[in-house]
Amino acid sequence: MSQPHAQPMSKATRHVSINERLLFEQSAPGKRGMELPPCDVPAVDAVEALGVEFSRGPVEHFPEVSEIEVVRHFTRLSTWNYAIDLGMYPLGSCTMKYNPRVNEFVARLEGLATEHPLQPVELSQGCLRILRTLEEVLEEVTGMDAVTLQPCAGAQGEYAGIAMIRAYLADRGNPRKKVLVPDSAHGTNPATAVTAGYEVVNIRSDASGRIDMAHLAEYATEDVAALMVTNPNTVGIFEQDIARAAEILHARGALLYMDGANMNALAGVARPGDFGVDVMHMNLHKTFSTPHGGGGPGAGPVAVKKHLEPFLPLPVLVEKAGGALGWDAHRPKSIGRLRAFSGNFGVLVRALAYALAYGPGMVEATRDAVLNANYLRKKLEDVYELPFRQPCMHEVVFSDARQKKHGVNTMDIAKRLIDYGFHPYTTAFPLIVPGALMIEPTESESRQELDLFVEAMRSIAAEAAETPELVKSAPHSTRVGRLDEVGAARKPVLRWTPGE
Amino acid sequence: MYPKNYKYSQEHEWVLLEGQTATVGITDYAQHSLGDVVFVELPKPGAKFSAGGVLGTVESVKAVSEIYSPITLEVTEVNAVLANAPEKINQDPHGAAWLLKGRATNPSEMAGLMDATAYEAFVAEKEKEEHA
Amino acid sequence: MRYLPKSDAERRALLAELGLSSMDQLFDSIPAACRLERPLEVPGPFSEKEIIDYFRARAGENAADHTSFLGAGVYNHLRSVTADALLQRGEFLTSYTPYQAEISQGTLQAIFEFQTLMCQLTGQEVANASMYDGSTATAEAALMAVRISGRQRLVVSRALHPEYRQVVDTYAAHLGLVVAEVPFDARTGQTDLAALGSSLDAATAAVVLQSPNFLGALENVPQAAELTHASGALLVTAIAEAVSLGSVRPPAEADIVAMETQSLGLAPSFGGPFAGVIATRERYVRHMPGRLAGQTTDAQGRRGFVLTLATREQHIRREKATSNICTNQALCALAVTMHLALLGKEGLREMAAQNLAKARYALAELEKLPGVRRAFTAPFFNEVTVEFPASVRMINQHLLREKIIGPLPLGPYFPEQTKRGLLCVTETHSRGDVDRLVTATARALEAMGRGARAAVPAEAER
Repeated sequence: MSQPHAQPMSKATRHVSINERLLFEQSAPGKRGMELPPCDVPAVDAVEALGVEFSRGPVEHFPEVSEIEVVRHFTRLSTWNYAIDLGMYPLGSCTMKYNPRVNEFVARLEGLATEHPLQPVELSQGCLRILRTLEEVLEEVTGMDAVTLQPCAGAQGEYAGIAMIRAYLADRGNPRKKVLVPDSAHGTNPATAVTAGYEVVNIRSDASGRIDMAHLAEYATEDVAALMVTNPNTVGIFEQDIARAAEILHARGALLYMDGANMNALAGVARPGDFGVDVMHMNLHKTFSTPHGGGGPGAGPVAVKKHLEPFLPLPVLVEKAGGALGWDAHRPKSIGRLRAFSGNFGVLVRALAYALAYGPGMVEATRDAVLNANYLRKKLEDVYELPFRQPCMHEVVFSDARQKKHGVNTMDIAKRLIDYGFHPYTTAFPLIVPGALMIEPTESESRQELDLFVEAMRSIAAEAAETPELVKSAPHSTRVGRLDEVGAARKPVLRWTPGE
Repeated sequence: MYPKNYKYSQEHEWVLLEGQTATVGITDYAQHSLGDVVFVELPKPGAKFSAGGVLGTVESVKAVSEIYSPITLEVTEVNAVLANAPEKINQDPHGAAWLLKGRATNPSEMAGLMDATAYEAFVAEKEKEEHA
Repeated sequence: MRYLPKSDAERRALLAELGLSSMDQLFDSIPAACRLERPLEVPGPFSEKEIIDYFRARAGENAADHTSFLGAGVYNHLRSVTADALLQRGEFLTSYTPYQAEISQGTLQAIFEFQTLMCQLTGQEVANASMYDGSTATAEAALMAVRISGRQRLVVSRALHPEYRQVVDTYAAHLGLVVAEVPFDARTGQTDLAALGSSLDAATAAVVLQSPNFLGALENVPQAAELTHASGALLVTAIAEAVSLGSVRPPAEADIVAMETQSLGLAPSFGGPFAGVIATRERYVRHMPGRLAGQTTDAQGRRGFVLTLATREQHIRREKATSNICTNQALCALAVTMHLALLGKEGLREMAAQNLAKARYALAELEKLPGVRRAFTAPFFNEVTVEFPASVRMINQHLLREKIIGPLPLGPYFPEQTKRGLLCVTETHSRGDVDRLVTATARALEAMGRGARAAVPAEAER
């Protein structure tokens, strides 16, 4: 019925591997994958040592497999994944750039991977120097006065930022009640505001995809704590009135929060601190190349202007007399501790390694990122609807309006893109563009890879018009077809149980 | 399509008032917008809601929707079928997939709701906006 | 620059397609007043070798050549290089969140295996695909109990890891939740259950305990659960040392378990990245934050896995999300899954048994020194509070000269626990390491004039 490909593939295909069962299904009593050195102290009987009411036997149904089976198991599983190492991820606002391997190497060094966060500070100066250097780099890139590296991810960074705003305003007598969020914002923005105890008010975007300044001026009352803005915004366009927005907010005693997810368009070119931002977070797993690893870990540092410094989360890295670095945990106005210990150190090492590789040349990465996105815009604007026609920054947003006429939507196109050897772009976001195709190539893509992507997208557009069923039933070349998400949500099966 | 003896809210709930007993559900338009329903969260008997209060939620793979009480009521019965078969809401939203029954404490509120004809027109307008 | 796959000629060609003549023009939409008109003042650029040299130099300024007896939430355990080699496959390392299930089955199946392993370890029915770490998992678990119960008060044991407690306080403050504390028993080191019983009321959403607790003591989870449930609250049990589950009975009576998995295959790495997990009863699954992988089928009936119950998450519910968490700790959870696959049923049991043995050997040898004794009576796993006849901080300063990082002084956390330190011994400590600790401690005490003739382990005199 359906053909696997309308055109011969220009890219290498992924391995297609045999079906690999679950670990538990390959388990057999007595097999083991790792042996320990013998115990060189007298053995103790667990029941005697703990008491029978605190003891347990071996963990029931825990896997028992050999080393080679484990190696084959995970190697085979890995061949079912797409990855940056294989090809482009055009995902908007995700900044899926190359994850340099030297970053992995340095994060694993003896003397870095081995350190305990509670060990004496005098024996941790190397770690602290790494953190301080990264803070300085981020202060310079953002144009802000101080940075905390504590938050584990962007969402936690956002939470810290809004919590600091709240603490700052409370310190001045009134934390206020509302936070303004553009309707184009990423879902974590309103979720964060609510977690911090605020009511969310959505601000319209105008016809050019930017924040409607008249709407903002109307809604920026004395009851508003902050506006949360992403810049460039989620349709890839620079908010040209942002300095004016900052003025409006500051005049009413409110603050400007910037979601730094799109810093890949600004690093070395423009600094949020210079256009009125009071506090912002960054996603190191985006702009600073730390690996996504299938969904994390990341890090979400927060940069602030001086007036928000007293509210930084604990602990704060400070330089003591004599140049030694240490932690300051006695800050009465701090929003508190966000997590135990001192941040995702391993991720921070990788981010610094990335920054050191580029130095001031980081601006070249930004330029290539914006060049690449505009190139895709140019090469696809005649076949896909472009709701905002001006040049974009590091990402471009199309809509599926033309393909909808043939019954093909953005999800279908995205799934068909898989057959061409690419990961889908971001579908159905931002919400202000119905049927959105959000595409961010990043600077890591060569001309060849970009042209392959263009070729694929143009081919799919043609298929949508001529053979829509082929697109709607995609993907055809994957190990499993479209999976039943409804069944998964109705009757969730979230673990293996014996006898399955 | 929309039963003539029901009344309809702007939030796409329907209510049938028989004496003092109100039966409440969500409309065909609502189930269609949500897509395949996977879960329904409903209140317990005895719970009281004023008109516009949040009764519970209907969850699909892609979205969660609050259910607003069209009128002030005290819950007397909840549709037990939906716990194991939430998909009934997609199949028969106006009939077998009623959500709950309650005692209407202020029946005059029914006058503020739309009748079937008005609701059909309301929905037609919404659909035109979406495809604009 | 080696990370940028374009030549200048290619750049010019692309610019030409756009009708532009310089890269600068790409930024015309940014108002001049917003532009940075000078180079960034940052170190670099560095070649690969220079990057490695820089970090090696920093590594040399830390404690790599020391033997550490610290635990307190971060534990040294054996890890397999085989697992690390697998983890570094590009298809795992450089892949995205598995929203596109068809091309992420590797990640999704591994998450499903992780969820299963966590249930098996904790004795709970369902587990998520990881939270940031144990401390945030604990805070999120408390919030979960608040949502489930509709109540606003938390009762937290004083024996919960102090940094975990600070995180709970931070989260609670912004939601206006009341946090009450119950003390630990000065004799046993366990949470004072009588005090807990008195503290519970109809406004209590959750009781938060840790086991083994910060002092190393195992808690009476079944009794705590009974008391908690009698008042209509939920019991949240935090676990910071997951290897303990190889010997210690899991907190099956808890309603929600918040566990740190760092001990199960993650390097200490100065405090992160780690991976927390929330495990709970099936009936609470829709209140659980974080990602979940669910089993399903495709149209041909082939088994596959998808992210499910996503409607609880921020990208759909926006204002109504159960939490704002977006990233999980997928790669860390994968490392844990690989580690546990290698360690297996027998390996975990054996590792836990070695921890029991080594910690007891160390305690027995230390107790031979005058004035040194175990502080609390409750059973312990691999961490135990030891009382010394002198300031632990001072003793540790002596130990540092012999490149030993001694027990964590408890005075800074609990003012009445002066002269007490938290000692952690794992399978990574050799007998020789422990003997050196004991000898060095003896010497320290002597130097400080407290012990007359400190007993020295027989072997060291050879």
